[in-house]
Amino acid sequence: MTRFIDLTLNGISTGTVYAAVALALVLIWRSTRIVNFAQGGMLMFTTFIASAVINSGASYWVGFVVALLSGLVLGALVERLLIRRVAGAPPLNAVIVTLGLLILLEAVAGMIWGNTPRSFPPAFSIRGYDVGGTRVLFAPNDTFIVLVVIGVAALLGALFRGTALGLRMRASAFAPEVARLLGVRVGRMLTVGWALAALVGSLAGVLVAPSVFVGPNQFDPILVFGFTAAVLGGLDSPYGAAVGGVILGLALSYVSGYEGASLVTLAALVILLAVLMVRPGGLFSTTRERRV
Amino acid sequence: MSATGEQAQTGVLEVDGLCTDYGPVRAVADVTLSVEPGRVTAVLGANGAGKTTLLRTISCLVPAREGRVRLGERELLGSAVEDVVRRGVAHVPEGRGVIGELTTEENLRLGGLWRGAPAEDLDEVYELLPALRERRRQPASSLSGGERQMLSIGRALVARPSVLLLDEPSLGLAPLISARIMELVRRLANERQLAVLLVEQNARSALAIADRGVVLNLGRVVADADASELADDEDMRQAYLGF
Repeated sequence: MTRFIDLTLNGISTGTVYAAVALALVLIWRSTRIVNFAQGGMLMFTTFIASAVINSGASYWVGFVVALLSGLVLGALVERLLIRRVAGAPPLNAVIVTLGLLILLEAVAGMIWGNTPRSFPPAFSIRGYDVGGTRVLFAPNDTFIVLVVIGVAALLGALFRGTALGLRMRASAFAPEVARLLGVRVGRMLTVGWALAALVGSLAGVLVAPSVFVGPNQFDPILVFGFTAAVLGGLDSPYGAAVGGVILGLALSYVSGYEGASLVTLAALVILLAVLMVRPGGLFSTTRERRV
Repeated sequence: MSATGEQAQTGVLEVDGLCTDYGPVRAVADVTLSVEPGRVTAVLGANGAGKTTLLRTISCLVPAREGRVRLGERELLGSAVEDVVRRGVAHVPEGRGVIGELTTEENLRLGGLWRGAPAEDLDEVYELLPALRERRRQPASSLSGGERQMLSIGRALVARPSVLLLDEPSLGLAPLISARIMELVRRLANERQLAVLLVEQNARSALAIADRGVVLNLGRVVADADASELADDEDMRQAYLGF
């Protein structure tokens, strides 16, 4: 029973990180119908920047804020300089652009910071809580991860539901032409959407970095898990992304704990395939598939 | 003055020698017309006559090949689509353009965001269209066709336009609802001194409320006359108006 509780707590912690990556993917999918395969590369890059800042002697929190801000800027630049140029082109063009960007970012990161993975400090202790004399697999840093992801998700929800900016962004995502006719500067909204998505991705990067280390390719599995979580919850649903991330985190934690860590990636792919076959729209998507 | 510093224009909407191409096809050919405040001009014609393209060109959704579109002293062509509404032109597109994922109230708010419209402006729309007040919290996708049309017109009004471009507002509506919408359009022109450019396939109901009628065929103006004259012209009715 203790093992089950440990695995469950661990699954919730890692699941919230997958949820953050999934949220970043969903934010972009909803507004531009693009799966941002560069998301892993972008969060890797901003985590490297945070690592460099911390290694230069600044505190963890300075690195944390720098990562988020650089994510914001990187997201805006990617939309302005790359994605806008393929807007209106066949969807495959955007896929190729994001894949190309992923390769570019990984190559540039390797050139600047080297290919050897480096450690990254956690925000808080990673020593598990002592519950009734037993040390559980859930530490203060995990509490921080869960709370910060929930907090960011709540802030995004409030932004989208409760502000004029959020209303403009939703209108731009759902009906760009109508939004333009109503005076909404849709291009600007897309830039803001990409910037926010990259910020959430950067957050996931700094949160997961203490467990996976920082290297040009270290975050590739995180992108795969984030994508699986997004598909599981429904690519159109931010709520689904959050729940999908936690479900995936739990599932992979149980697989890792009971069947072995080597099966985790395979299990994620099996879940992805199963969702695509049984419920392609995901658990919470409002978009209905149709037969043609 | 709007929140963005743009000056909304009032006055006559003048379209002069407007041409629009889709590749090698000329969809709008040398169209000239004008709409004055408080007047309704109906643009009529069969499918493919260029009616929708004409409105989309005026709104700058489609680039014009030649010609001019002026509102008061100001040229509209070449503006960004987002700026056309700031200059006083509200376009209610074909299919109503209601955003189904947003609530009725969110759709209405969206219409006035660019000018920071106060909540009282929504109340004005609710007074004019009480059915929308009852549905204010509902997703717009749950509204009936008539309610959606009212919502799209109400949303355009929140922008406080001087020109209203309406694309097939009666499309797919029951005759009774369609008549109510047409009545509303006439009322808006009279009471708010709106210049209304009304694109319709249902020529009979459009001419019943319009002051002037313009008939398009293959993108060209084949008739431009008082609405009552057009409605009485047997040849024109048989050749182009279908009633």
